[in-house]
Amino acid sequence: MMVEQSPALIVVVPLMCALITPIIGLVKKEWCYYWVLLTLLAATVFSVVTMGRVLSEGTIRYFLGNWDPPYGIEYVIDHLNAMMLVIISGISFLVAFHSKESVADEMPGRIVFFYTIFLLQVTGFIGIVITGDVFNLYVFLEIASLAGYALVAIGEDGAPLASFRYIILGTVGACFYLLGVGYLYMVTGSLNMLDLAQLLPELYHSKVILVAFAFFMVGVAVKMALFPLHVWLPDAYTKAPSSSSALLAPLMTKVAAYVMIRIMFTIFEPCFSMEMLPVTAVLSWAAVIAIIAGAVMALAQRDLKRMLVYILVSEVGYIALGVGLANRNGLTGSILHILNDACMMMTLFLIVGAIVYKTRTRTIADFRFLHRKMPLTMAALVVAGLSVIGIPPTCGFFSKWYLILGAVDAKQWIFAVVLLLSSLLNAVLFFRVIEYAYLEPRAEDDHGHEEEGVIIRIEEAPVTMLLPIFAGVAGIFLFGIYSGKIISTIIQYAVPTCF
Amino acid sequence: MEVIFSVQPFAAVLVVLGGAFLILFTGEHRRNLRETWTILTSLILFSLVVSLTPTILRGGLIEFTLIQLTEGVALQLRVDEFGMYFGLLASGLWILTSFYSIGYVRGLKEHGQTRYFFNFAICIMAAIGIAFSANLLTLFVFYEILTVATYPLVIHKETSEAIMGGRKYLVYTLTAGVVILFAAIWIYSMTGTLDFKPGGFVKGHGTSSTLTLLFFLLIAGFGVKAAIMPLHEWLPTAMVAPTPVSALLHAVAVVKAGVFGCLRVILYVFGPEVLHELDLWLILAYVTAFTVIVSGMYALAQDNLKRRLAFSTINNLSIIVMGAALITPHAVTGSIFHIGSHGFMKITLFFVAGAIYVKTHKQNISELDGIGRQMPITMGAFAIAAAGVAGTPPVCGFISKWYLALGCLEAKQIVFLFVLLTSAMLDIAYFFPIIFNSFFKKPKDGVVLHFNEAPMMMVIPLSLTAIISVVLGIFPSAIFNFFNLASLAATKIFGGM
Repeated sequence: MMVEQSPALIVVVPLMCALITPIIGLVKKEWCYYWVLLTLLAATVFSVVTMGRVLSEGTIRYFLGNWDPPYGIEYVIDHLNAMMLVIISGISFLVAFHSKESVADEMPGRIVFFYTIFLLQVTGFIGIVITGDVFNLYVFLEIASLAGYALVAIGEDGAPLASFRYIILGTVGACFYLLGVGYLYMVTGSLNMLDLAQLLPELYHSKVILVAFAFFMVGVAVKMALFPLHVWLPDAYTKAPSSSSALLAPLMTKVAAYVMIRIMFTIFEPCFSMEMLPVTAVLSWAAVIAIIAGAVMALAQRDLKRMLVYILVSEVGYIALGVGLANRNGLTGSILHILNDACMMMTLFLIVGAIVYKTRTRTIADFRFLHRKMPLTMAALVVAGLSVIGIPPTCGFFSKWYLILGAVDAKQWIFAVVLLLSSLLNAVLFFRVIEYAYLEPRAEDDHGHEEEGVIIRIEEAPVTMLLPIFAGVAGIFLFGIYSGKIISTIIQYAVPTCF
Repeated sequence: MEVIFSVQPFAAVLVVLGGAFLILFTGEHRRNLRETWTILTSLILFSLVVSLTPTILRGGLIEFTLIQLTEGVALQLRVDEFGMYFGLLASGLWILTSFYSIGYVRGLKEHGQTRYFFNFAICIMAAIGIAFSANLLTLFVFYEILTVATYPLVIHKETSEAIMGGRKYLVYTLTAGVVILFAAIWIYSMTGTLDFKPGGFVKGHGTSSTLTLLFFLLIAGFGVKAAIMPLHEWLPTAMVAPTPVSALLHAVAVVKAGVFGCLRVILYVFGPEVLHELDLWLILAYVTAFTVIVSGMYALAQDNLKRRLAFSTINNLSIIVMGAALITPHAVTGSIFHIGSHGFMKITLFFVAGAIYVKTHKQNISELDGIGRQMPITMGAFAIAAAGVAGTPPVCGFISKWYLALGCLEAKQIVFLFVLLTSAMLDIAYFFPIIFNSFFKKPKDGVVLHFNEAPMMMVIPLSLTAIISVVLGIFPSAIFNFFNLASLAATKIFGGM
């Protein structure tokens, strides 16, 4: 029974629990933390169960309220969104686990509100990926976005303004998406994705369809912060509280990337997406610029979190590039990178949260002696950094491998070179941080004999922070080493067969 | 061919990894225990590697597939003769270096010793992984680990000079890594495999211009660590690292990993046939010959002992690659054998430089006059090793040079014979003044005239490596069948022709 209803439960449980959170907060606000953990643990379990079912039975179709599609809303879970569900619920669980001290520290008066919105945010993400209905997707997209605006706005000075800019651009993006939905409905009379996929091919030459497709792409590109539509992202994610940005940064862009893949390869046929409009070319070039521009902008940052935010812009470019290459290896790399980058970004943002909690600074130049103060956190930072650079056997290397393979297969040498170049730019970025955190410049001929120098006591972040961080580190290694397994059991079914 | 599936090669890698983490978690406060881990790990590793030797000598292979990464490529270890050779060398020398390191860091009361030993162990793990890699991707994985793990050792002193050296090292090696990755992906996209095969596997794929480009990309990529000019700049700069690091890593593990990669590319990816067809071998041989001569000249001009040794290293590395580029059976045998014989001799020389530094804090050759009387064992070892590098019998350098010279004749390229001989002359020119001055010149300040050696922890390893150099020269196969392995590898490569 539970197993059969698990697709609905994944959405309903966080949604209902979000509404119950304020009531629990009335009794005792510290309980909210445990409540959220419990909820997300349940969501994770449901996701894993659903994933197991998808792996053994294939695609699951769940008719909400037993209304037959295309009239009712349908949840469709195939390999791609089963994986997304596990990523979303897993990461939000870890971020929630990490948030205990950080939330109490950064926004002591707003714990209850924060956790309520946190759960709504997760609900939004899960809804977006699980639904098989384009309008339902819009609804969840708005839930996620509105929760996101709120999560950003409770941040430090300047956060409300950043959130306001995010609202404006985010709403514009959502409007584009909604217009696209409207156009499709106008022509086909259907909102169900599978139904649309069957109805649309006959109409591919209609101008309305082309416009709808273009609107979809622009709308989603805003949400995934694809260069040059990324302008809302740096401020919003830097100024948001640590826990908010740790939730939003890894997931929001990835969920939007998922929507893009859905639109391009499920709702529309891959050949349409690739041939009717020069979408893939535009996408690839935008991605290439994003990769380079993101990394270069990151070079100019003195604030670690802001640097990561620009790296995120660059990482989004990787995913878009894989989609834009539109061949088997490229798309495999892209989907693999959704998983890997979510894991890396979560780890990195959690690390920033831990550093801020302990040292109250994010300025890279102030990181001197941090490796003695927080040895474990710093070790995790090194691993995550190496993964972003793409040093094997961390997971970042393997997605890069497939992306470059895709570029070489497509004979797009420039894209391959850009991917490689971005590795080097990332190396500069992270080794700069590592140098600040690990090195204690000494005079010539001074061996800095043991026990000398500044005595720094170990002041490591609390266990609630370290555990999720190291779960992320473990993920970075495991997803790397088992990337072949992940691809052969999940991702290869998520890539359209026509490639 | 007998292929045995065994977890042993992977166990060797894991043992070192485990040892490294034991070292890390034991930490500064229990340093005797920490040093025990280093020694213990090196001994276990060595016995594991040695236990693989009999199978390999019988002509078999030992294989272990860790995990399938993608179609046609797995994270896979396969021990063949060449890998066995390099594995034996790296693991054997690690034992001696461990003892020496302990003497060195304690003698100098270095900071950050735990970090030092931890990264050292990771480097060895990577070197063993490189030796046993079955394909280009696995090799690349370990190669990158090696790159990253060496960085903390290069910047160990944390002076601005060391930090600059570290940055330069990273720029060179990470860029090289990217180039290798690009070429590897291209080859995979073209052939669908990356498995090393004696005699090469790219034959019949791609156009000749593509193959030429790929060959030079790969050689340029691995050539950075092998310090082929003009990609050598990082190596002398990286000599700011503590001496045992220079000794093991810059004489054996890191640079030899580069050379090992070059040889894998020449002999196991492209292979004699393709290289002959496209005439690539000759170009590579000329480039390396240029390096051989020019680095020898550079070495003459260095006053810092470690820098002079660094340029001598560059010289010898290029001799090895040049030998392989000639791709005749004798040249390849000599080239592979020289990896080991140069390893033993050069590590002795670096050990000596470190011993002198720990004892007298001298780094420059001009200050070493008369030091032979204070440290006769150390300088005696130096004399033996230096003579060996120059190719004097009965030290092992002679054997490799002999085979390399034969190879030049076999390839009918008399030019390279002259290059070899000139390089030997240059070796004599830059080593013999040191030996002469240290024994026969009037001592300078700070050199005492009575016997006053470095700690035994350092003197014993360096004497041992000097002795091994001589033993290998007289009985090339006496120690772990070094010569047999080298010639077996050459036979297999050319057997396929």
